[in-house]
Amino acid sequence: MGFLTPDPGLVFWSAITFGLLVFILKRYAWKPILHAVKSREETIEYALAAAEKAKAEVEDIKATKVAIMNEAKVEREALIKQARELKQTMLQDAKNKAQEEADKIITTARLQIKREKDEAILQLKEKVAEFSVDIAGKLLEEELKASDKQQAIIDKYLHEVNFN
Amino acid sequence: MKQTIKLLFAVLTLCVLPYSTYASDTVETHSEEEFDPMAMIMHHIADAHEWHVISYNNSEGQKTDITIPLPIILIDDGLQLFMSSAFDHGKKTVQQGKNYYSLYHGKIYKTDAEGTLNFDDKHEVLNEKPFDLSITKNVASMWISVLIIIGLFTRAAQLYRKEAGAPKGIQSFLEPLILFVRDDIAYEQMEKEKADKFLPFLLTLFFFIWINNLIGLIPFFPGGSNLTGNISLTMVLALITFFVTNLNGSKSYWAHIFWMPGAPIAIRPLLAIIEFVGLFTKPFALMIRLFANISAGHIIILSLMSLIFVMKSLAIAPASILMGLMMFMLELLVAALQAYIFTLLSALFIGMAVKSEEH
Repeated sequence: MGFLTPDPGLVFWSAITFGLLVFILKRYAWKPILHAVKSREETIEYALAAAEKAKAEVEDIKATKVAIMNEAKVEREALIKQARELKQTMLQDAKNKAQEEADKIITTARLQIKREKDEAILQLKEKVAEFSVDIAGKLLEEELKASDKQQAIIDKYLHEVNFN
Repeated sequence: MKQTIKLLFAVLTLCVLPYSTYASDTVETHSEEEFDPMAMIMHHIADAHEWHVISYNNSEGQKTDITIPLPIILIDDGLQLFMSSAFDHGKKTVQQGKNYYSLYHGKIYKTDAEGTLNFDDKHEVLNEKPFDLSITKNVASMWISVLIIIGLFTRAAQLYRKEAGAPKGIQSFLEPLILFVRDDIAYEQMEKEKADKFLPFLLTLFFFIWINNLIGLIPFFPGGSNLTGNISLTMVLALITFFVTNLNGSKSYWAHIFWMPGAPIAIRPLLAIIEFVGLFTKPFALMIRLFANISAGHIIILSLMSLIFVMKSLAIAPASILMGLMMFMLELLVAALQAYIFTLLSALFIGMAVKSEEH
């Protein structure tokens, strides 16, 4: 069974060759290759983690942006509402004031009118009195032209005058 | 299942081997024309002292072999150095000092000046064998593979040194394989911090076996050697795994072998015996598995090709080639698979040895 008996020569050479091969490859191939592969894996892992982190950051920023926008919207609405209310109150105030002013003016006007009316009435009265006196004078003049009548009136008045 | 069939085939072949070579030798003397597939296959599977490139019939109709002579190194009364061409394909006896050497069926024996070989009744050579450290075909093939491996991986390593970018060229081919060994073999079988120490060994083991398996599948020079199907090499690899495993064994590992915690005291000695035997059967199985799988692959493909010559008909050639092609593709898978299995089991054994926690 020659095939199952090991050859010393081949055993010797293959042991030496394999040993040297392991040594040489370890030094010049496996170490640099495995090192490079490992560092590359680490780089990739790091890059992936960084990308993940950046993504999370972007997500964060997005969320902040939305929050800020929402806040701004709420604020804007509040402002608009406030403005509207202000407008309303201003209008109301103006209206009230105008009403008041108008009332005041009306009142003053009324007073003025009344005063003027009174004055007018007074003047009218004076005028009427003047006129009346005038008329009375004229009438008297006319009446007193006829002496009979004058006598009658004098008599009458005299009669009326009570001396006691 | 496939493995079992192959193993069975290999074992059967090996059992029949001595008788068939005997038969073939007797036949050869009677008729030169007779083709003996078993002898051919065994010659191809075996290691050799010369590297056969091609045979052809020259203009005079003589069979001519082109072979590359390889250095013979013998330790026998000092160092004996000469080229294998001195044997002239086994036809000549070589004299070195006062010793004579003959080459017979790929092995060197000490003989007398005439090269007489003595056989026992099982046709085994009785002559003494010198201590043979020759650069055989398998050793030469192994060195070629080592040059290829070192070339490939140092080139890839240079690309990694340059810049940390996406892998390109040879890098992108080798990197998935390296990562496969790292992530799916080493990191799967042992704790990550401990795995890094054994990664160079496991990576070298994987690529050494795989590339040598592939070189063995190349049917012409400079491939075709059966290095990973040679028990010497698989034994060396299994022994290295054995030593790496046991020299790194943790306290708990040895405790589990010699004094199994948690088992009833009475059973512990029995378990110790079983576990102790297990220490050796594990690398033994590694050795046999790789050897048998690769040898079986070579034997099957060669058998299919032999069909053409056994049937002496070209009509069988398409079937032979088609089946051979299928086997070849299967062998490409087996080449990677066996490298994977050997590495995986080595990692598993080492992982069991270095595991620190009790459970």
